[in-house]
Amino acid sequence: MVKLRCDGVEMVVAEGTSVAAALLGAGVSRFRSSVTGEPRGPLCGMGVCMECRVTIDGVGHRLACQTPCRAGMEVMTT
Amino acid sequence: MTPSPDVMIVGAGIVGAACAYELARAGARVEVIDSGLPGGGATAAGMGHLVVLDDNEAELTLTKYSVGLWHSLAKELPAAAEFWGCGTVWVAADEVEMAGARAKLSVYRQHGLAAELLDERQLYEAEPNLRAGLAGGLLVNGDAMVYAPVATRFLLEQSKAKVTRAAVTSLDDLKAGAVVCATGAMAPALVPGLRVRPRKGYLAITDRYPGFARHPLVELGYLQSAHGDSNESVAFNVQPRPTGQLLIGSSRQYEDATASLLEPMLERAFAYMPGLRACSVIRTWTGFRASTPDKLPMIGRLRDRVYLATGHEGLGVTTSLGTAKILAALILGYAPPIPAWPYRVERFDG
Amino acid sequence: MKFDVVILGAGPAGLAAARAAGRRSASVALVDDNVTAGGQIWRGAPRIAVPAGVRFFPQTRVFDLRPGFTLLTESHGAMEASRLILATGARELFLPFPGWTAPGVFGAGGLQALVKSGLPVAGKRVMVAGSGPLLLAVAAALRTAGARVVGIAEQAPLGRIVPFLAKYPAKLPQAFALRARLVGVPYWTGTWPVRFAEGMVTLSGGRTVSVDYLACGFGLVPNTEAAQLLGCRLDDGFVAVDSRQETSVAGVYCAGEPTGIGGLDKALEDGERAGAAATGQAVNPSRGAFVRDLAAAFHLDPRLFDLAEPSTVVCRCEDVSCAALRPYREWREAKLMTRCGMGPCQGRICGPITNCLLGWSAESVRRPLVPVAAEILLKDVFEP
Repeated sequence: MVKLRCDGVEMVVAEGTSVAAALLGAGVSRFRSSVTGEPRGPLCGMGVCMECRVTIDGVGHRLACQTPCRAGMEVMTT
Repeated sequence: MTPSPDVMIVGAGIVGAACAYELARAGARVEVIDSGLPGGGATAAGMGHLVVLDDNEAELTLTKYSVGLWHSLAKELPAAAEFWGCGTVWVAADEVEMAGARAKLSVYRQHGLAAELLDERQLYEAEPNLRAGLAGGLLVNGDAMVYAPVATRFLLEQSKAKVTRAAVTSLDDLKAGAVVCATGAMAPALVPGLRVRPRKGYLAITDRYPGFARHPLVELGYLQSAHGDSNESVAFNVQPRPTGQLLIGSSRQYEDATASLLEPMLERAFAYMPGLRACSVIRTWTGFRASTPDKLPMIGRLRDRVYLATGHEGLGVTTSLGTAKILAALILGYAPPIPAWPYRVERFDG
Repeated sequence: MKFDVVILGAGPAGLAAARAAGRRSASVALVDDNVTAGGQIWRGAPRIAVPAGVRFFPQTRVFDLRPGFTLLTESHGAMEASRLILATGARELFLPFPGWTAPGVFGAGGLQALVKSGLPVAGKRVMVAGSGPLLLAVAAALRTAGARVVGIAEQAPLGRIVPFLAKYPAKLPQAFALRARLVGVPYWTGTWPVRFAEGMVTLSGGRTVSVDYLACGFGLVPNTEAAQLLGCRLDDGFVAVDSRQETSVAGVYCAGEPTGIGGLDKALEDGERAGAAATGQAVNPSRGAFVRDLAAAFHLDPRLFDLAEPSTVVCRCEDVSCAALRPYREWREAKLMTRCGMGPCQGRICGPITNCLLGWSAESVRRPLVPVAAEILLKDVFEP
């Protein structure tokens, strides 16, 4: 199991889980705000649509669907 | 058959559009022709920085006059033109450049332009993502930014000019009282021998990083890059869009140069703003500026009924409105609002 | 790094190509941006293993391709290849309807991908909607994962699906097996979602269904960007190839969905041919009509292109609404004026939508192919 945090909330997921799957599984549906402030979450699940962008360990605009969870990861929705 | 227009403008970039706008306001019947989309050439390739430059008196006069015109136009522009009175921060790397900033300040003040010197601390307060160890800078308050393709379309719509999408192969075939060639770096194709050379520039744009940069940031050495005649040069020039996206420039090279300047341009930007390294670049592109030997535009009569408005180098968006005022006066026969002789077409003859 | 053959994409077509090329050449690389091989269909559980002797580069995003051939990657710098096989697969076609941008609305394949990457869906109420054989596969996979599939809405009418299946009896066992896994799940044909709000899907015809997730894809769009960057000729939106899968650019082969949407069997055959051809082996000719018949059977009902309201967002990156695009005549003009397609997805999602709704064709591809950190652009000979 892997322990990570999203917006300060701790979550524990199975090894190999993507960040997108971890967040959705924990009930986080709003990953980012669109340019006009609408809530957005993952759409394509395969790294094309860019809707699942979150900040991971301080680096912005990371694709949650293409990033496997790692222990100690700090994820921030935007 | 419709009667031929008073003025036919070849080129629907920001300069051609501004000329259409100004001539129509002065009562002329105007048409515009371009093989591409309005505002789709160098106008779309640039940053949209509206900046007063002081390399020489003629440049200062035209840029100052034009930036003033942009401020007057701002309230009429549609929101999508993203006019932003953000000012410019000229960055001084060391004490030598800081002396340059002080000199610049005094020139701007003499010309009635608002500007303030920033010491090292004030520079970081204004722009915390600049690297440590810079000497300071100069904030020029009146500079601005605009999204030029939308401004171009606005000017064309206001002019009510008929815009035709077609290629022009000869200026002499066009039926009109006067013909204006405003095709930027492509002008020599219609005016053989014209002293305008395409000068390539690279740009990159990032995803959104709101607040990462708050003003257009330009190194004080920029004028050296822009106005020197070296075959290849780069300068630190990073500009935030109102959305938080960052435009990363700038580079200049003549058409016979082949090496990519993207890499040195980015290196230069990273040297001033190390945090840019990690920023996600979503697109890169190149465009061609219309460069003249003295880096001033050519505005005026070429021969009989043919006029030129080209050669604006990197200042086409900034000086488009001032160019149009001068050209309209020359075509319609009244006194130009600022002296037109520094930009006369025949200055390179003989 | 230099290879005889570099294969871009480790889905079925890419893996089949790797297997074929690996029979002849000891210098084959397989590159994919995902964590594991398998592509979207076999995500994480490929039915063809990466052959021994083939170098596999997972999580490797290619952001530029150059003639000759050079691939610039985010994580491994430049890779050179004498021959290139593009097996870049497809993405889903999304169509805008009111509410389609809300969290909780996913692609059909998109939700399946998320489930395969660890999203628990046990007990979740899910509707699967859109078009194509993928819907059944997704619904079956979701059900296996414990989801409560509340219905499948297929836009194509039953009258087109039945003759299609009748013509391809070899596909019938597959279809029946999927249907058997979906006992009790309603399959509405000629039906599509017209609105999503507050967890409620409204279907054409007026039925409303409460869901946790709506998984919605209207077919597949070929990923042709890599081929376009190399100058390969497209034919009606697909990469044109000869009987050996070679594109108009000598030495560049293309296999699978980018040459025509045909699913798994076609991808495997294409991949085998491309891998063999690229290494000088004899190839079997392709059988062809399936791609055309599949497209005809699941041809989109034009009423799907009228679901968006004026305020419905079309470009999700820049929040450009349907109404904002109406004044323009072509893609590039709309891009210039509204910034539609100028966001980080680079028009990958809204380009195909404007093609359906407005008849526009997206302009040429810009570099980099995918967003990359600025410093990555320094690593090699990147040139916009």
